[in-house]
Amino acid sequence: MKFLRHNGAFVALVVVCIVGVARYESFLTVENLSNILRQNSMLGVVALGMTFVILGGGIDLSVGALVAVAGVAAAMLAPHNALLGVLGGILVASLLGVINGLLITKARIQPFITTLAMLIAARAAALAVTHEQSVNISGDGLGWLGRGIAPVVLLLILYAGGWTVLRHTRFGRYVYAVGNDEDVARLMGLRTDRIVIGTYALSGGLAGVAGVMLAARLGAGLPVAATGWELDAIASVVVGGTLLTGGEGGVWRTLVGVLLLGVIFNLFNLDGTISPWWQWVLRGSFLLVVVVVQSHIRPATLPS
Amino acid sequence: MADVAPPSLLRLEGITRRFGAVTALDRVDVSFRRGEVHALVGENGAGKSTLVKIMTGAYRRDDGEMFLDGAAVNFQTPAEAQAAGICAVHQEVHLLGMRTVAENLFLGREPLRWGLVDWRTMMHDARVLLDDLGLDIDPAATLSHISVARQQMVAIARGVSLGASLLVLDEPTSSLAEREVVILFDLIARLRARGTSIVYISHRLDEIYTVCDRVTVLRDGKLVATRSLDGLERIDLICLMLGKSREALRLGATAFGGRHAAAANVEPLLRARSIAFAPRLRDVSLDVQKGEIVGVAGLLGSGRSETAQVLFGTAKSTAGSMFMNGAPYAPGSPRDAMRAGIGFVSEDRKADGIIPELSVRENLTLAALPLFTKFGIVSRVRQMAIVDRYMSRLGIRASSADQNIRELSGGNQQKVLLARWLCTDPELLILDEPTRGIDIGARGEIQRLVNELAESGLGVLMISSELEELVEGCSRVVVLRDGRTVAELQGDGVSEHAIVHAMAETAL
Repeated sequence: MKFLRHNGAFVALVVVCIVGVARYESFLTVENLSNILRQNSMLGVVALGMTFVILGGGIDLSVGALVAVAGVAAAMLAPHNALLGVLGGILVASLLGVINGLLITKARIQPFITTLAMLIAARAAALAVTHEQSVNISGDGLGWLGRGIAPVVLLLILYAGGWTVLRHTRFGRYVYAVGNDEDVARLMGLRTDRIVIGTYALSGGLAGVAGVMLAARLGAGLPVAATGWELDAIASVVVGGTLLTGGEGGVWRTLVGVLLLGVIFNLFNLDGTISPWWQWVLRGSFLLVVVVVQSHIRPATLPS
Repeated sequence: MADVAPPSLLRLEGITRRFGAVTALDRVDVSFRRGEVHALVGENGAGKSTLVKIMTGAYRRDDGEMFLDGAAVNFQTPAEAQAAGICAVHQEVHLLGMRTVAENLFLGREPLRWGLVDWRTMMHDARVLLDDLGLDIDPAATLSHISVARQQMVAIARGVSLGASLLVLDEPTSSLAEREVVILFDLIARLRARGTSIVYISHRLDEIYTVCDRVTVLRDGKLVATRSLDGLERIDLICLMLGKSREALRLGATAFGGRHAAAANVEPLLRARSIAFAPRLRDVSLDVQKGEIVGVAGLLGSGRSETAQVLFGTAKSTAGSMFMNGAPYAPGSPRDAMRAGIGFVSEDRKADGIIPELSVRENLTLAALPLFTKFGIVSRVRQMAIVDRYMSRLGIRASSADQNIRELSGGNQQKVLLARWLCTDPELLILDEPTRGIDIGARGEIQRLVNELAESGLGVLMISSELEELVEGCSRVVVLRDGRTVAELQGDGVSEHAIVHAMAETAL
């Protein structure tokens, strides 16, 4: 029971994989598995940043739009210098993340509203700057970032880094503290505003990394890229077992959540008989079931 | 022992604090000695919490001086007070429930190794710290998984490890079981032996006499006295808290007409036997007859308001039994209580009583709305008839029934609340501090009104901290102490003297 409580998503992932192996011959092939990983690597990077925000008691709805902004920025800068494109894309998204954090902490606007406004404004800005056209990346300085094993390796490196930060740095510990109870954390002497701003900056920056990866993979910066990713990222974090109210969870759980949703999507594709709309209905139902099951086997917060 | 006072650790001189027109603290002088456990007591509004907040940097003072180790100090924030060694541990533990004990102890100053948190050292240091204080707590345990008492000890240990030389414990035992209290007292003794000063705020006299060396009594924002507890009789301490001189526990002058003869041995309207609601209410029994005013007396924290909550169904009794008109009564909600014929005018008019945005008419008829509502539609005609009747009967002074209740005086607001319940035609009315915060004139009117209501057959249970009001208004007074009925006074036995003695639990 205790194992299930902490690893419910992992058990579900194993079960889904067993179903996949049993029913679909093409599931357990190098090609299919590496496809799953590569297709979900960008979303995984976004979900990593989301994990920090949610652990700190917030929510970030702007990440999908920031992926698009970063991709467009990278594509526009890349012709000058590939590295400039990479750094520029990440930097722009990070700055927008910092603005989210400042509005939430200093102007005291709710995270939901702040990041919803950022979603709308950032997406619109990406469309306006590009005149609704995709920006092709001339030359091939960035292409490697989105191809082969590079995205997967990058994903794993970033998750290892995220784990280290959460587990072993003061900032990471303070993210948990703020998500547990921001007022108490402040009374205990933490500078909570800085920590909250840090989580949104990180979320923005990682959305920027994902945006650059996506642009490199597509060979273009698309202003309409990553629409709805914020919801997929939140779903992955929550399915993985991080509390939506903050204070408890971790990055590996999120990775399991990303893979779980990714494998299910893959199985639907392999099956090929379920219409896309019913796939979405099933995915939504599945999300609900996993979260309900998890919240029921979770111990009460205050056992007597 | 020669009467040479040991040097004081923290000395407060002439501390004054105003909130608007209200003076919460008026030139209070106190000094806390090194290594003493110093009780701070007083009834509601005495100024205890304001004083503590000034000491710990949560509030600023308007006037006065503070000296720590002889040097003038002026804390702007709790962090500054903490850095100077003054630390408060509150009733609700201000710690992180999802984190481990060790993390809570070292939050903000985690040991680092190459820039990363050194968990091994942190666990080790936490264990040493806890062992040192004689606390058997696993530093790796999640805080919310240990008992509230232990959480409180962790908060104290954190204060100690932050270098606190003066710890303020604000009602530390209010949510503890008795055996946990023992552990806490043990810790307090240890800290005192180490030279830590402790300011101990509590309503429980037993505890104060068990752990404290001296006591400071505040009343209405003023210092009453600081005394050594050695040789101070309980009855004298209570007299200090209530502002009575022991010799002059006498009849006061209220508008209650006098005594009601206790009704004969008929089936009481309300009978409560050994009701309990943890942690404050342990064993309370009382009867109310028709046409009788029964008083409930007790110090703050004795379980007075909790009794009302259980009777009115906002808290569920965990033991004992209750009967209304002889029938078993176990309300699950105020709605059940209203159906059984009980009305309740709460202690805090502003928070629980009036709805400030609404008119006199709407406030008055709130509880009785179902009576003149058909198919969800409120009959305005019947509503107005009732409002007119009660406004004239109770002498509610408002420009019209549609005046906003917020604009009325406290006394008139209270009358509206009384009317609210009277128009539901109750058999029993529970009044919690019916005259608190009401000016003298209106106070008399309300007392007269309650008297008239009882004479017309209504049973009244009146909770009050005004001893005169109880003595002159009630035919019987039930005295509570630490959540238990400790005395039931009747007829000529009802006197301030007897009530105070029952509160102190000393023989007459």
